[in-house]
Amino acid sequence: MSDRRIIPIGPYHPLQEEPELFRLEVDGETVVDLDVEMGWNHRGIEKLCETKTYDQVPFVVERICGICSTSHPLAFVQAVEDAGNIEVPERALYIRTIIGELERLHSHLLWVGLAGHFLGYNTVWMWSWKYREPILDICETVTGNRNHYAMMKVGGVRRDILPEHVDYIMSRLPQIEKFVDLVKGAVLDDPVLHARLKGIGVMTAQDIHDYGAVGPTARASGVPGDVRRDDPYAAYGLVDWNVITVPDGDVFAKAVVRVLEMYETIKIIRQCLEKMPAGEIDSKPKMVAPGEGIGHHEAPRGETFHYVRSDGTNRPIRHKVRAPTYMNLPTYRASVVGESITDATIILAAIDPCYCCTERIAVYKHKGDPNEPIMTGDDLVRLSQEKTARLRKEFGL
Amino acid sequence: MTEKIVKEIKQAVGQWIKDVTIKNSQRVYIDIDPAGVREVAKYLWKDRGARYVIATAIDNRTSFEVLHHLSLDREGGAMVSIRSVLDRDNPRMPSLATIIKAANWIEREMNELMGIEFVGHPDMRRLVLSEDWPQGVYPLRKDFNKS
Repeated sequence: MSDRRIIPIGPYHPLQEEPELFRLEVDGETVVDLDVEMGWNHRGIEKLCETKTYDQVPFVVERICGICSTSHPLAFVQAVEDAGNIEVPERALYIRTIIGELERLHSHLLWVGLAGHFLGYNTVWMWSWKYREPILDICETVTGNRNHYAMMKVGGVRRDILPEHVDYIMSRLPQIEKFVDLVKGAVLDDPVLHARLKGIGVMTAQDIHDYGAVGPTARASGVPGDVRRDDPYAAYGLVDWNVITVPDGDVFAKAVVRVLEMYETIKIIRQCLEKMPAGEIDSKPKMVAPGEGIGHHEAPRGETFHYVRSDGTNRPIRHKVRAPTYMNLPTYRASVVGESITDATIILAAIDPCYCCTERIAVYKHKGDPNEPIMTGDDLVRLSQEKTARLRKEFGL
Repeated sequence: MTEKIVKEIKQAVGQWIKDVTIKNSQRVYIDIDPAGVREVAKYLWKDRGARYVIATAIDNRTSFEVLHHLSLDREGGAMVSIRSVLDRDNPRMPSLATIIKAANWIEREMNELMGIEFVGHPDMRRLVLSEDWPQGVYPLRKDFNKS
């Protein structure tokens, strides 16, 4: 007789400190089905943005997410510029690129740390979060804030990068590159991590196409999709860099993509700082012509998409936001079914889910069934860490 | 490039197309008959390999618009948006979710927030709204009353 039961994970803090409810249906130790329940954190941002002016909306959408906080404003201002055919000075394009890439760098390091923690590699966690700090220092020096930079505006950027800041960033880059080397060694050369992460949570290129998955999730399955290259914006078409793809589709491939992408990011920042022309940083548009526009930006987790419709007034009549996790989260069904429950945590963590990005509208009242066996995120993280410890023992480490 | 793609789209599914606006080389808007949305989307997604990005529902006060955005990543990255205009009193159109899995969530979201019915959707539960949200109240509509 099969021993089927449903394990709810969440809704409070299933993995990262954000709400989402997963119901894993397991048969023994194997996951056979799952359902995702969203809506725990909807804040009505799309509706709210219809009441804000084009200068205010970037500040609202910046708060959709604390980590990719420049991705949403960048996609939004590009959508407005597309709708109103607004020109942006070249220097502003370079500054946008630099801020976007600094964000990718610290976001990927954050992910490596979290993944390390889920696997019981707390040294990796502490290291990568420690080495994330110099990048946040750069952000603070240049923009005034570690996060929520408030740099993007329709027609350009709000602040210039000063010559002394260019020198400062340049002087820190070699050091950051060394940190990335360290993280790369700790993650990619570790035999236990190979054994633990290879061949689990595999997604094929067809899965990616079916679910419309984006970002490192897609690139780890050999799909070379990257908005920065496919539909170049800002200064991405003006500098030299590579799209990192790995064909394997497993969790390890996703780690490889993110680690190697950090080198490309450093390459982009360095070239932008060298090539950035002098001049204006803002075209100071006075109005947005009626029309509709689409803006997208390759955020650390994948493509962030904004659609804006303007009727010629000072605020959008419709503003649609789609975060990358909205497309990546449903792929969990393709990757986790058939896997062992000890791997469920890291498979979910592998897409680097960001729930606050994904959700944007109402209030939820939970009617919980008191008889449901509750397994918290902590229990699953513990299961995952125990498995790694077992493997380490087998390897004699 | 974009003109050539548009020409090929017209050849393949021209019977459903009402109008095409090429805003610039990267943004194309195709107005279609809502009844043909499955054929047009299937041609772009399956035959041309376009990536399904998302859909946007818009309340015009006189009608609803549903835009399915598909990105031609392998063919220069142009974003093709197929626009279906729906009746304001009875907004309904065929569902894409049985062809494209990626359309599943967004159709559920448009259903609960805008009140648009997607005929043939396999799993039309609420996605983001609470169970105790009243039936038939659609918060993203322009005539939604907060009180």
